[in-house]
Amino acid sequence: MSNSVNQGPIDKSIDGTVKYLDDRFSTAGFIKRNMRKVFPDHWSFMLGEIALYSFIILLLSGTYLTFFYKPSMLEIVYDGSYLPLKGIKMSEAYASTLEISFDVRGGLLMRQIHHWAALLFVASVSIHLLRVFFTGAFRKPREINWLIGTGLLTLAIFEGFSGYSLPDDLLSGTGLRIASGIVLAIPVVGTYASYLVFGGEFPGLDFMSRLYTIHVLLIPGILLGLITAHLMMVWYQKHTQYPGPGRTNNNVVGYPLLPVYMAKAGGFFFIVFGILVLVSALVTINPIWAYGPYIPDQVTAGSQPDWYIGWLDGSTRLMPNWEITIPGLFTLSLNVLIPTLILPGLMFTILGLYPWIEQWITGDKRAHHLLERPRNNPNRTGLGVMALTFYAILWISGGNDIIAQMLNLSINAITITMRAMLIIAPPIAFVITKRICLSLQHKDKELLLHGEPTGRLLRLPSGEFIEIHEPVSDAKRAVLLSRTELPMLPVPASHDANGVKTPNLWAKKLQRRLSHWWSVDQVPLPTVAELESATEHTLHELSEAQEQGVELTKDTPAPTSNH
Amino acid sequence: MSNELEHEGSSILPVQQTSTEVNTPVSVLPPHVLRRADIDPIAATRAERQVSIMFLLSALFTLLAIVSFIAIPVDQYVRVPGAGVTQASNLAVGFTLGMAILLIGLGAIHWAKKLMPDEEVTDSRHSFSSSKEIRQSVMEEIRLGGQESGFATRKIVRRSLLTALALLPLPAVVLALDFGPTPKNELRSTLWGKGVRLVTDPTGRLLRPEDFQVGSLVSAHPENLHDWEEENHNLNARAKTPILVVRMSPEELRSTQGEGWDYQGIVAFSKVCTHVGCPIALYEHRTHHLLCPCHQSTFDLADSANVVFGPAARRLPQLPISVDSEGYLIAQSDFQEPVGPSFWERG
Ligand code: HEM
Ligand code: FES
Repeated sequence: MSNSVNQGPIDKSIDGTVKYLDDRFSTAGFIKRNMRKVFPDHWSFMLGEIALYSFIILLLSGTYLTFFYKPSMLEIVYDGSYLPLKGIKMSEAYASTLEISFDVRGGLLMRQIHHWAALLFVASVSIHLLRVFFTGAFRKPREINWLIGTGLLTLAIFEGFSGYSLPDDLLSGTGLRIASGIVLAIPVVGTYASYLVFGGEFPGLDFMSRLYTIHVLLIPGILLGLITAHLMMVWYQKHTQYPGPGRTNNNVVGYPLLPVYMAKAGGFFFIVFGILVLVSALVTINPIWAYGPYIPDQVTAGSQPDWYIGWLDGSTRLMPNWEITIPGLFTLSLNVLIPTLILPGLMFTILGLYPWIEQWITGDKRAHHLLERPRNNPNRTGLGVMALTFYAILWISGGNDIIAQMLNLSINAITITMRAMLIIAPPIAFVITKRICLSLQHKDKELLLHGEPTGRLLRLPSGEFIEIHEPVSDAKRAVLLSRTELPMLPVPASHDANGVKTPNLWAKKLQRRLSHWWSVDQVPLPTVAELESATEHTLHELSEAQEQGVELTKDTPAPTSNH
Repeated sequence: MSNELEHEGSSILPVQQTSTEVNTPVSVLPPHVLRRADIDPIAATRAERQVSIMFLLSALFTLLAIVSFIAIPVDQYVRVPGAGVTQASNLAVGFTLGMAILLIGLGAIHWAKKLMPDEEVTDSRHSFSSSKEIRQSVMEEIRLGGQESGFATRKIVRRSLLTALALLPLPAVVLALDFGPTPKNELRSTLWGKGVRLVTDPTGRLLRPEDFQVGSLVSAHPENLHDWEEENHNLNARAKTPILVVRMSPEELRSTQGEGWDYQGIVAFSKVCTHVGCPIALYEHRTHHLLCPCHQSTFDLADSANVVFGPAARRLPQLPISVDSEGYLIAQSDFQEPVGPSFWERG
């Protein structure tokens, strides 16, 4: 390409850098392979990007905060410039957070950027997860990346909670008090664990500095490592793509890394960052000065944790007060254990293992690079909406006192209603979602066979009126026809050819039954013959319409059927 | 394995519906449509101008951000319609900086969309699975390595190694033992005891029975808490000692936790929720119900502070009270059971 005549300074520096690096690390080959790497484009693929960018912004703003924040529970008397709290006893942690907010220029801005970025981080991770789930992007070969993603979500929640707790204000201290109660509830070792975590009784003096290390070093370090692995896998396995014309399971269609994808992704980072800064300039978040310092015998009513903790708060509120006590021996606090440790543990385990669960049910071990439209997998979509409903009810229950106040109802009535809803609503959500998916499948089939209604009428020789249909566009047709059919598994034989009993027959039978259930309701796509005769019919109708002088819209293929 | 759709070696399959393989336009990209700026040099120049204006505006906002950072004192406040009183510095620096950053992003995206090539390109995917031969040879080699090491055959070596490795993490657990003291009796005792006077918090006023009207509720602490905190500089005692004191007319009291624990209808209960330890705050004196703001456990003070509703499983411990010779309210003893959340050894 570039010969050495007429080289500008930019060419020279490009050539120089490429040569320098290649001489030492043989990088030219790698760059050549990746420079024009293709990235499919879709708005929903930006969700993972938002997560990544908010993580970077968290690292930047968080590092700034560490220069001022003091992770110390030592008690001092406040003497800063926030007058309402002057002369009040508080921890150094709380006082230093006040200092950042009121005495450091740009400090409040950084605090608010950090907090807003944290909220956005967990939100974008969660919605990204939903996108990956509902499009089936977790299927082979991307199961491991899904598992890493589950780990990322878990860590993101812990990271958020630990950061929320650092200012040692009344709200966050109350959160820690609850956390200490949860640790105490762990069977057998709970009391010891809580003494080790807090350095003795709650609240002690050690916890904040320990939590600080966890928040600024341990969890971010693991997050950084896992995010790197996550992105390397996306890179190496190449991104999935939505169905469309020219998109198959064997290719990847999109924009090359250099320049378009790079410009768009880079530009998008600045957009996310810019919006976060603007929001932080305009909207106050977590005004810790209004809550006051943490004092164990004080509390405010109607306070809410950050949004991603709400579902745990809700599960704790809904739990009946089951506790098993054997006097003189032990107390087992199921009322605390189940909603805060057992249920979330179970939910995240199922979430992480979902790709393998679905794979086992369907027996589908093929690699999938073409995303599935949610309607084309009604059971998965139904299960997803069911899980979302469960989550939403827990989340809403986290505000049962606020709802009670707003609706002027008793908290008890709302709690009892929500308990019932938690059990009844998810299965109903499943059934409804599945129904909707199947009827959308029917609609798709109709579209393929009969085309799109145009709203114009045609008078048949018999005098009857029919509506003119146009064949769907090629682009739409490609989308409608892309479907991953899942053959049902065969009935397992109880003995093999040599008369040996099949091991785990019951499991195979269950698997076969589930696989049957998974695909039995699918609306079959039209066969080639059906499609052809339908096309012919539509074209015939169209040519008749033209003879009658009905005006047609632009993209309709000329009705010159050669079938 | 016949039970599954497995395809050794080639993990990429045409997963499109078989019926569609003929007759569908699936394998062709739609024709590329040129944009205005691709064909019209005036449109291209306009786009170019728009992009550079955004970048220049960004530069301007950066300068403004620096100016506002230096010029606006941190303790100056302004009233913003809709947002109330806010820190002027936060507003000005944040707004200018946000715009500076945002405009770079908008400019870059506009540039990419209007001026960079927008023709989609296609690349092919390759199966991740290596050929059968390569896999086979890798498996062989691993097996060979295993044999050469003797891991499978030399049982004693293997078992002793596994024993050593299994024990190695134990020191880490032992190290953790010094993260905190071993629990002793702390969770079962508080600063309350025989003769300890009740004081209000934070004013430290001593309490007499005459201070209580029927229905009035007061938060109190042991008199010795103040000295203890002067000496110990932590909040551990305060997390356990707070009580709520209320006077009820005798006919309202349906039950108490013990004979003679109240003083003329004045009863004292731990303020620490038996669920996970929040301080209980909301009292409805018509029903005598106490509500914990954390998870809404409700306790009935007229009925030994038993749980009426919510996730808490145990009543609030009662503190037996009386008056001393000078007429001040005092505790008759410490709580007779641990206050606050349950723990395993509580029994
Ligand atoms: C720290 C949190 C996370 C970050 C920074 C992150 C980032 C990303 C990015 C930038 C992509 C490519 C763009 C996209 O498809 O959106 C991606 C893809 C992916 N992510 Fe995440 N992600 C996170 C959490 C998760 C979670 C919680 C899950 C699921 C449990 C998950 C599963 C996946 C999968 C399976 C892909 C491949 C998708 C495909 O190729 O279509 N990720 N992630
Ligand atoms: S701490 Fe009181 S109800 Fe949970």
